Amino acid sequence: MNEEEKFSIVLFSGTVDKLMAAMTMVAGAAALGKKVTLFLTFGGLIAFRKDAWKTNRRFSADFADYAAPAMELMQAKNVPHWMTVLEQAQEIGDVTVKACGATMDLFDIKQADLEPIVGEVTGVASFIEAAEGGTTLFI
Amino acid sequence: METITINKEIDARGSFCPGPLMALIGAVKAAQVGEVVAVLSADDGSKKDIPLWIAKARHEYLGAEPAAGATRFVCRKLH
Repeated sequence: MNEEEKFSIVLFSGTVDKLMAAMTMVAGAAALGKKVTLFLTFGGLIAFRKDAWKTNRRFSADFADYAAPAMELMQAKNVPHWMTVLEQAQEIGDVTVKACGATMDLFDIKQADLEPIVGEVTGVASFIEAAEGGTTLFI
Repeated sequence: METITINKEIDARGSFCPGPLMALIGAVKAAQVGEVVAVLSADDGSKKDIPLWIAKARHEYLGAEPAAGATRFVCRKLH
């Protein structure tokens, strides 16, 4: 595999604003034919607990004043839910979602407790090795 | 632009980046080789993203024209 075609994101955040930004990046990279990996850890992993996406209204604290207007505007303008953006990205390109084993152990979360789109559980070394040579972002 | 028969047109107006691009990609995937796919988009990001994707994916970019208050991007699937 051409090394420079890898695009990996470590998703540490679980707030809606950052989730939306992360999935948009995933979609853009997938559209361009990159091999995309989304590595969920801490906040990102929590956001992928089964059905959590339906009720997650967390927003970055620094932008708390934007939370309500942003949510309203996204509804009014039919902005797709970040989970939908991720699903669409997977349909049009190569996207793998991996979960951080350490976070799962910490909070006693099993893979069955996560959204089915999470493909595998991995450790940090495997993730870093797999991401080697490509672009890696920390969100 | 000469008259080209569009086999499939998607109205992605009101849809947010990367919506129109994703819609185009989905339509191109579903189309037959040689067919012409168009997407109507009103967002600024698409203006750059769509021709870029078409070039990168090695399809034929047939151009963009104003249409229905937005822009129509036309693409022929080459492979």
